[in-house]
Amino acid sequence: MYNGGKIITGLVIFIGLVSLPFWANMGGSYEQPKIELPKNSTECIAPKEEMRTSHMQLLNDWRDMALREGKRTYISASGKEYTISLQNTCMECHTSKAEFCDKCHTDAGVTPYCWDCHVPPKEAK
Amino acid sequence: MKQSRRNFLKFAGLSAAGLCLAPTAAALASGGGGAGKAHAVVNAKTLHAKRWAMVVDTRKLNTEEAIETLAEVCHHIHNVPTIPGKQEVKWLWEGTYAETFPEQENNFPSEDLEKRRFPLLCNHCENPSCVRVCPTKATFKRADGIVAMDYHRCIGCRYCMAACPYGSRSFNFMDPRPFMDMDKINKKFPTRMRGVVEKCNFCVERLAIGEMPACVEKSSGAITFGDLQDPDSSVRKVLRENFTIRRKPAVGTEPGVYYII
Repeated sequence: MYNGGKIITGLVIFIGLVSLPFWANMGGSYEQPKIELPKNSTECIAPKEEMRTSHMQLLNDWRDMALREGKRTYISASGKEYTISLQNTCMECHTSKAEFCDKCHTDAGVTPYCWDCHVPPKEAK
Repeated sequence: MKQSRRNFLKFAGLSAAGLCLAPTAAALASGGGGAGKAHAVVNAKTLHAKRWAMVVDTRKLNTEEAIETLAEVCHHIHNVPTIPGKQEVKWLWEGTYAETFPEQENNFPSEDLEKRRFPLLCNHCENPSCVRVCPTKATFKRADGIVAMDYHRCIGCRYCMAACPYGSRSFNFMDPRPFMDMDKINKKFPTRMRGVVEKCNFCVERLAIGEMPACVEKSSGAITFGDLQDPDSSVRKVLRENFTIRRKPAVGTEPGVYYII
């Protein structure tokens, strides 16, 4: 192999640079963001774990149910009735977008465009 | 042990029967009580119709100011922005006879008709051309005849605008929020985002809670709203007793908005 030493050194440097983000973040521990839970309600429409992992699927289902099928009343697994609406039901309890939604979304690096149309409750400044 | 053909067939038959029964058994085991799986139902208060339609009495409702007040209410509850110029967004607006019924125009109209203004809105057609051309099915026709928009799916291609013979659709060329008073908007209804097409929705969100469309309520009797398929409904009564016309009959879209002249 011609110039073997140079090529291998170059490769090592390249791989090192490419994987730099992994090295830089090694060893640290991830702390879950502390979100503000609703003060006026104790029960969500589904168990906490389910909401944590699949609230996006639920919102996606809600969108189709309300708009396309015209079904606007949601009966949860516990038998309670809710109006299908992000703005009028979810945001009634989770009154702060910054303290509830944004905290996890910022941490996870996702920017859902829900708020381009849906109006979040007014934040007290 | 040697498997006999008889035994093999017996076993195969039993397994097949078992496979057929398995889903039923699983459903029986998991179901049972009423409060089981989360599901959605239609609101108890929802107003139902086989085909929603609107009749506008232009003998009573025909001035620019009167139609403007209806438009204001409609635009307020649906957070429609006020954008001046060619990029305006409108759900309910007004026009002259010639603008409203371009194919049914006479060369010497009566003075009364020449002065009249007509409220214009989405016609919620029987054969909506906008629905046919929408590539993402963001515009769709509901079972009750209302042509609705799913803004989540709209990609802003504006085929529907090109297809609509009534110009009932508006494109959001820019973020509408700077053109609204965000302190006074209707918090119960979303705004739209840049790059989607919007239009009148016959107030589906109000029908779902048992209320009539906002313009009907505000018109003090000049607009009738009801089920076209029901011979005893209010719209059918009004249609029976009056001479009505619809916009652009030649295009064959069969509008759901009728005008008493």
